[in-house]
Amino acid sequence: MKTELVVECRDLTKNFSGVKALDCVDLQLGRGKIIGLLGPNGSGKTTLIKILNGLLEPTFGEVLIDGEHPGVHTKSVISYLPDKTYFADWMKVNDIFDMFGDFYKDFDREKAEMMCASMGIGLKDKLKTMSKGTKEKVQLILVMSRRAQLYLLDEPIAGVDPAARDYILTTIINNYNEEGTVVISTHLISDIERILDEVVFIKNGVIVRHEAVDDIKEKEGKSIDDVFKDTFRMVPFMGVNGYDR
Amino acid sequence: MGWNLDDSRPIWPQLKERLMKDIVGGRYVMGGPFPTVRDLAEEAGVNRNTMQRALSELESEGLVITNRTAGRTVTTDEELVAETKAAIAADNVGRFMDEMASLGFSAEEVIDIIKKKGVENR
Repeated sequence: MKTELVVECRDLTKNFSGVKALDCVDLQLGRGKIIGLLGPNGSGKTTLIKILNGLLEPTFGEVLIDGEHPGVHTKSVISYLPDKTYFADWMKVNDIFDMFGDFYKDFDREKAEMMCASMGIGLKDKLKTMSKGTKEKVQLILVMSRRAQLYLLDEPIAGVDPAARDYILTTIINNYNEEGTVVISTHLISDIERILDEVVFIKNGVIVRHEAVDDIKEKEGKSIDDVFKDTFRMVPFMGVNGYDR
Repeated sequence: MGWNLDDSRPIWPQLKERLMKDIVGGRYVMGGPFPTVRDLAEEAGVNRNTMQRALSELESEGLVITNRTAGRTVTTDEELVAETKAAIAADNVGRFMDEMASLGFSAEEVIDIIKKKGVENR
């Protein structure tokens, strides 16, 4: 039986040699949603995602994915887009598809091949000959071709131009498994706020807000981008000459 | 990507307004097929849950009808379409009158301006 929540974190804490990257995070994410994990650089977004998919062990606290602790089952239901590509240069698109087909039961190869065709990527193309942007597209195709319960996308639009951003976002919203949940971490909010159901604001390892996007807009009459800027506003150092003396 | 939406307001009511205008404005054939949530979400550049919410509202108002077999169709109720059209018009005129009042025009003056404009445009 499926649990109601796809992600449940209790008291989740992660220390890196004494520095708290996550501090007592309680987080519950439902199914069938697109959720933005939003925070400035260094706020703990990647750490949280890596704990959810089992790449990092929490120092303290508990995570349940699809009702279970990170392990074999949770890896089979999570589709993860890392912030860096990790495939060997000599591989061809076909080789990677073979690998994914072996690893993941829910990998839909036919869909992956169709997505490649629509993006003009040949199945025999070598990664070595691809631009950075094309490599990222291949990676996205792999991630979105799985019928996962939880998609964890770490900065999927960070390194690309605005036209490619739209393309990537459209690919995400048209291809995810609708019973699953998509978590997108980013600091580029104005580009993605329209596709989000909920946002999670993270600041210095603490979840400071978790709410439905339309509720926030209704209450505050502001875009998520503006609310984000208000939440994370930093006081710039004015320099010696900036102060009244 | 997508429709012209105001990010400072909730998205689903804006989708609903836009679809209402499209329906009463004749973009879709009355009684004819209505696009899927998926297609509309893609066109608008929003996620499907948000579009679904807008469509549910249109369904509960009767402008769009969900059939078990044939998917969604546009209403055939001409009276409902006429009422909706009148409501949208009243809404727009109301907002316009408020704006003109804030500039200091009386209703009569506004009507005069509209008449003159109408003659010019003819």
